[in-house]
Amino acid sequence: MNTMNTAIAGVPPHMAQGDHGDEHPDSSNITTFGFWIYLMTDCLLFASVFATYAVLFMNTAGGPSGPDIFELPYVAVETATLLVSSITYGFAMIAAHQQKRSQVLGWLMVTFALGAIFIAMEVNEFHHLISEGYGPSRSAFLSSFFALVGMRGLHVTAGLVWMVVLLLEVTKKGLPKRTVTRLSCLSLFWHFLDVVWVCVFSVVYLLGVL
Amino acid sequence: MSILGKLSWDAIPYHEPIVMGTLLMVAVVGIAIAVAVTRYRKWGVLWRDWFTSVDHKRLGVMYIVLALVMLVRGFSDAIMMRTQLALATGGAEGYLPPEHYDQIFSAHGVIMIIFMAMPFMIGLMNIVLPLQIGARDVAFPFLNNLSFWLTAGGAVLINLSLAVGEFARTGWMAYPPLSELTFSPGVGVDYYIWALQISGIGTLLTGVNFLVTVIKMRTPGMKLMQMPIFTWTCTWANILIVASFPILTGVLGLLTLDRYLDFHFFTNDGGGNAMMYINLFWAWGHPEVYILILPAFGIFSEVISTFTAKRLFGYTSMVWASGAIAVLGFMVWLHHFFTMGSGANVNAFFGVMTMVIAVPTGVKLFNWLFTMYRGRLQITVPVLWTLGFMVTFTIGGMTGVLLAVPGADFVLHNSLFLIAHFHNTIIGGAVFGYLAGFSFWFSKSMGFHLNERLGKASFWCWQVGFYVAFMPLYVLGFLGMTRRLNHTDNPDWNLWLYIACAGAFIIMIGIVLQFVQLYVAFRDREKNRDTTGDPWNGHTLEWSTASPPQFYNFARLPDVHDIDAFTEAKEQGLAYQQVAEYQPIHMPKNTTAGVLIAGSLTVFGFAAVWHIVWLAVVGLIAAFGFFIHRAYDDDVDYYVQPDQVAEIESQHLAAVKEAAL
Repeated sequence: MNTMNTAIAGVPPHMAQGDHGDEHPDSSNITTFGFWIYLMTDCLLFASVFATYAVLFMNTAGGPSGPDIFELPYVAVETATLLVSSITYGFAMIAAHQQKRSQVLGWLMVTFALGAIFIAMEVNEFHHLISEGYGPSRSAFLSSFFALVGMRGLHVTAGLVWMVVLLLEVTKKGLPKRTVTRLSCLSLFWHFLDVVWVCVFSVVYLLGVL
Repeated sequence: MSILGKLSWDAIPYHEPIVMGTLLMVAVVGIAIAVAVTRYRKWGVLWRDWFTSVDHKRLGVMYIVLALVMLVRGFSDAIMMRTQLALATGGAEGYLPPEHYDQIFSAHGVIMIIFMAMPFMIGLMNIVLPLQIGARDVAFPFLNNLSFWLTAGGAVLINLSLAVGEFARTGWMAYPPLSELTFSPGVGVDYYIWALQISGIGTLLTGVNFLVTVIKMRTPGMKLMQMPIFTWTCTWANILIVASFPILTGVLGLLTLDRYLDFHFFTNDGGGNAMMYINLFWAWGHPEVYILILPAFGIFSEVISTFTAKRLFGYTSMVWASGAIAVLGFMVWLHHFFTMGSGANVNAFFGVMTMVIAVPTGVKLFNWLFTMYRGRLQITVPVLWTLGFMVTFTIGGMTGVLLAVPGADFVLHNSLFLIAHFHNTIIGGAVFGYLAGFSFWFSKSMGFHLNERLGKASFWCWQVGFYVAFMPLYVLGFLGMTRRLNHTDNPDWNLWLYIACAGAFIIMIGIVLQFVQLYVAFRDREKNRDTTGDPWNGHTLEWSTASPPQFYNFARLPDVHDIDAFTEAKEQGLAYQQVAEYQPIHMPKNTTAGVLIAGSLTVFGFAAVWHIVWLAVVGLIAAFGFFIHRAYDDDVDYYVQPDQVAEIESQHLAAVKEAAL
């Protein structure tokens, strides 16, 4: 799914200027708007899996339930890492709008590191659960847990790959308009994934241990 | 597991004479086409001007070609089912063994909905919508090309299942637990999953693309409530695509996890819940039928107002009725499984919501009637389809309201009554609409007219054939015949089964006549040129362009102040004005990226079906690579120079002037 992100950003300005001067919005505007709509579709994809989780989380089939396997302090650290990465991405965007290339690169690398730490922690959590015999095949509850949290993890991973691509782009080409538009799209994507995580944290983990 | 996963020579169905015969025919036709293209040296043209094109008009044509090809495939399935049921009565087994028959009805449903109706609708939208809003292309032309090839990739996979392996035997919705690995261990369901997933992502991208196009690319002055009605109904359909296709992506993904990684979403054991699949499936599936029907409603509106030479009655109510249908379309999904046991109150809610949809639909019907009232309706081919629709669809709508009563549904829902109902609405509604649009906009898209006589003959075969084929199914439903039977032994049903079979053959003649019509039109194309681009005295901006339209659509973006923008321009004498000086026009270049990315994903899909891990990885990496290559390709656009524009425009204006004399 994420392959489409840069596709939208990759489309050049065209047909924006006719004989009517500036009456048409320029294409970065169109790209960002298109990306917004894509994010809304992604949101509905998450909503579907959330709904599935809500229906199936009681179906533990004799296996563990939420309180047995969730470790809130660990998840709290994950959450903090992620929220801080949103702030640092924000700093990268401020720098991008001010055309400060080295600052953009610096903040993006910090963001990337935080995102990578998050993914590493999540992989560790999954590994831990599976090695204890609580893998997704154990019960419908665990299936939906792994699918929901894992799907979001895959989104973050895709975001990290995208970030590497943009790091290279900024290094090579600086901050022309097209690159800034792409950075904005990734920014939207990154913050969106944070919002999704807040929902995962509240619905899966907090409600899970109640 | 071997290097080819589950794939081996056993996957080729040698022992099935019907399948092998079909494959032989496909091979012969395929080779004949390839030879012809080679002989006339058209490969280059096909590749440069069509396959890699980002022009919405050409993509539209390719979508419709795909739809027509898949119509033949889907209809072959239909006629095989009808003949089987006519033969396999009174204890006879017919000629299709159950495991083959089950694949046929599953493939028929998937093909007709996903690979015939959807591409037909999206093709018409591609050709017409940007022209109607005075835009030079869609918001993301490359993405548009990619969407087409993703749809085509899905179609390739489903056709491949005929030759290599098998298709799902689960019905077109692939309900679990039947579609789970335990009960469907073969690759049929996997073909289903990946064909739908790949084409579904294409459709989702189309929805995003056209939504942005409508919101951001309208010509100066055109307000939302001045958009032509077809554009509006497509916009509602696109909102539905954007809001419902992610659910399909999600639910297919969950079924994939169940089948590939031993998850337990919908299994009988491990706490799975099959009803969750069925809920999610129809939360996509019901909006999907409105995605199909709303653009058809738009086509009928354009046809009726054009051929009565009147403004559409109740434009505003038409827009909001479409909106109401779109919103209500999301609140009725449970009527597909009243028998789930949600309780009386839930069933009553969904029953009432379903009946409420008849209200905005009724508003539309009356708007069309009032548009015709005191108009001079010209009985052309598109009008015939529209009139046929108005009668047929009303009957389908009424049986739908009957099925919306949960009590009645308990009796009828698994019977042929249901089959008759949804064919009544989808053929009588969507397909008639697309065929109306096909004949209405054919000359706009191709530059020459279809044959009116053959078009009418085709319509009558479809119309009569439809009633002969499907009215008996209502009766059979009442007589207690359930759906998906392979053979029957109730003598009371025989006569009706024979009649239905005869109806299918009448429809077949209608389809053949459509193709004959295409051939005749192409043969006589020089005689039947549409030189002005405005053969029906049209109301909206697409008719202000040449036929086929200039590749940049509009030399000068039109100024719009009215719903029927072109009518207004003609009345004020502003149409066909020579412009003193043209500006350079910024256009996107054609690209091979769409073919390559979608092709790689199709390879990935095939590899996933057969569990060929290395090939799946190669497919994914290739898709990513082509994609990054495209993202860093800076040579993607160019300017059309004013002198070239001036030359093309003066040719068109000269042709218009000559025709007017």
